[in-house]
Amino acid sequence: MVVMKMKFPFQKRVKLAQGLWLLSWCATVAGATTFTLGCVLKTELRRRAEVMDNADIHIVPNTLMIVGLASLGINYFASKICQDALDAGRFPRWKNFLKPYFAASCFFTVLMLLAVIMSYAMKGSLESSLKIGLRNGIRFYKDTDTPGRCFQKQNIDRLQMEFQCCGNNDFRDWFEVQWISNRYLDFSSKEVKDRIKSNVDGRYLVDGVPFSCCNPSSPRPCIQYQLTNNSAHYNYEYQTEELNIYLRGCREALVNYYMGLMNTIGAGVLSIFILQGSVLVSLRFLQTAMEAVAGKENTEIETEGYLLEKGVKDTVMEYLNPVLKFFLLTNQVEEGATTSGATPATT
Amino acid sequence: MAVGKVTFSKAEREKLAEVLWLLNWISVVTGVILFSLGLFLKVEIQKWAEVMSEHGTFYVPHMLITTGLAACCINYLGGQICLDCADTNKFLRWKLVMMPYIVCTFFFTSCVLAGALMCYSIRSQLEESLFLGLRNAMRYYKDTDTPGRCYLKRTVDMLQIQFQCCGNTGYRDWFQIQWISSRYLDMTNSAVVDRLRSNVEGKYLMDGVPFSCCSTFSPRPCIQQHLNNRTAHLHYDQQSQQQNLWRRGCRQALLDHYTGIMESIGLTVLLIWLFELLVLTGVRYLQTAMENVLLLGDPDLESYGWILENSLAEMARSNFNIIKNLGKCYQVDDDPNINVPTAAAEREVPSQQVQVPVTS
Repeated sequence: MVVMKMKFPFQKRVKLAQGLWLLSWCATVAGATTFTLGCVLKTELRRRAEVMDNADIHIVPNTLMIVGLASLGINYFASKICQDALDAGRFPRWKNFLKPYFAASCFFTVLMLLAVIMSYAMKGSLESSLKIGLRNGIRFYKDTDTPGRCFQKQNIDRLQMEFQCCGNNDFRDWFEVQWISNRYLDFSSKEVKDRIKSNVDGRYLVDGVPFSCCNPSSPRPCIQYQLTNNSAHYNYEYQTEELNIYLRGCREALVNYYMGLMNTIGAGVLSIFILQGSVLVSLRFLQTAMEAVAGKENTEIETEGYLLEKGVKDTVMEYLNPVLKFFLLTNQVEEGATTSGATPATT
Repeated sequence: MAVGKVTFSKAEREKLAEVLWLLNWISVVTGVILFSLGLFLKVEIQKWAEVMSEHGTFYVPHMLITTGLAACCINYLGGQICLDCADTNKFLRWKLVMMPYIVCTFFFTSCVLAGALMCYSIRSQLEESLFLGLRNAMRYYKDTDTPGRCYLKRTVDMLQIQFQCCGNTGYRDWFQIQWISSRYLDMTNSAVVDRLRSNVEGKYLMDGVPFSCCSTFSPRPCIQQHLNNRTAHLHYDQQSQQQNLWRRGCRQALLDHYTGIMESIGLTVLLIWLFELLVLTGVRYLQTAMENVLLLGDPDLESYGWILENSLAEMARSNFNIIKNLGKCYQVDDDPNINVPTAAAEREVPSQQVQVPVTS
């Protein structure tokens, strides 16, 4: 049951080989582009690594980089093969190489598609990683004297200013955390003592936010402290005030940024996947067409090319059988030993 | 006495023409580079044009843009000319154009040099412009309801955040202006009224700065108010003060930023100028060599090429004479047929009688 049979006269084979040569060089450039895109994504993810709890999302750029490098090799060989395809004398030397070559190429091409799917599927993982990372960042904001956490304040301030966001979900996250260190609290002051006493855990909580939450587009000077107290500030109503501080949460801002980046990269990688797939399909047709020519005296006859000799399931089994045999080899030896051990007992 | 005299054989002339054709095309590329440098500088200045007082700084990028475009055109023409110069017959087409072309290119090259020197000399004017511009911007910081000044607050805040600077010379500049609008001052509050009354001009001045002056490197939450009052904040020692706000003034920050950009642009333009000068010298040699070959008559002979036919002094003298004689075109001093009375006429020899022998 041959899959997709097509007739190839000599001229068509020549055109196919020439077109494929050009296409494979384009695909080489595309492979380099994939590698670069993977590097870009990885760099961007590493820049904000301090507010991410785990590095699970890094599997996407890592896969892109591997696929990019692999496709450089795949397309280099593809161009070499189609260069030799027009010469019936030189083509047979590729005979033994082509089966593993196609297996590896299909694997890496499918991996490219998987990378794109993963970039959409891992949104949830990214979001939870950012949630935990930002929560820790906000919690350790005041610990500028603790080794290992000295730079949390700087990172969170820069993050909030650059992404125009405040807090984890929104600015109210700052109300639940003591972000002013005890070193800078005047414990002789009545106000400070009252506030600490009124809190169960003895923390100094304020309804205020750090300066990095301030919005420069606000028409009035930034109000950072006593945000929920309308009477503390002249002509101020916190329920309707929108421009004073950033209302967006940093988790949402970062997720949007990274999903936007991955969507753009995903669109590019998808088109590269289609290009790579067409290179492999054309190469397969060229290979099968040229194999029919081998051994004949007249190399200009019309031949048939096909995608798969047997059906899809049979071909898959054909490739998987050696792999399975390798893993099941030990079991078969044991079975043989037990049967030979059992038979003498029965006789 | 020609300046820079060099002999050119036929093969050398053809080689020179080819090389110059290539160099002219490279010059077209450098012209594009010049144009894009001018464009880049214009965009950079435009970004912070609101904190600059006048637009006098725009003539540097405009000069670079026009010189870049002129470079492309002149060098494209030069490439065409040099391509034709290899052949004596085709050279005749360009013979009359060559001299004006070379003079034009010489002036254009000096424009490139002027552009490069301007990049280095603009610093003082830029400083003045930034000083005035920043002072005005800070003065109008509070006027977010006045048309034309609505976005000045945002611009100044973004400037201070991005360049990590505060105020004009330093953060104390904010103490001398009212940066909180009266719209947000509670006039019923006695503290506010006292402060307003204590100021001669009725301005609400305070020892506080906007939030954009806050340094991200400070280990403690930002202190923006009561900056002169040491006792208002706990442990507000020298080190805390140093790290709390941005120390640099925005004028200095912007000046450094633009000086850096202009110095690198100036260096690139200087290199481009040297290259253009090289191309111009080559074209001059080619022109003189081709003209001399035409004078000799035989295109296969060797000919001389030079930069100037006579030395600089003689050329200056001859030019001066030309200019002197320009106004005398209708006077006929040189006509020998007019009887010009000279001093020798007074000593005229009296006519003597000539003894003619009478022949009988």
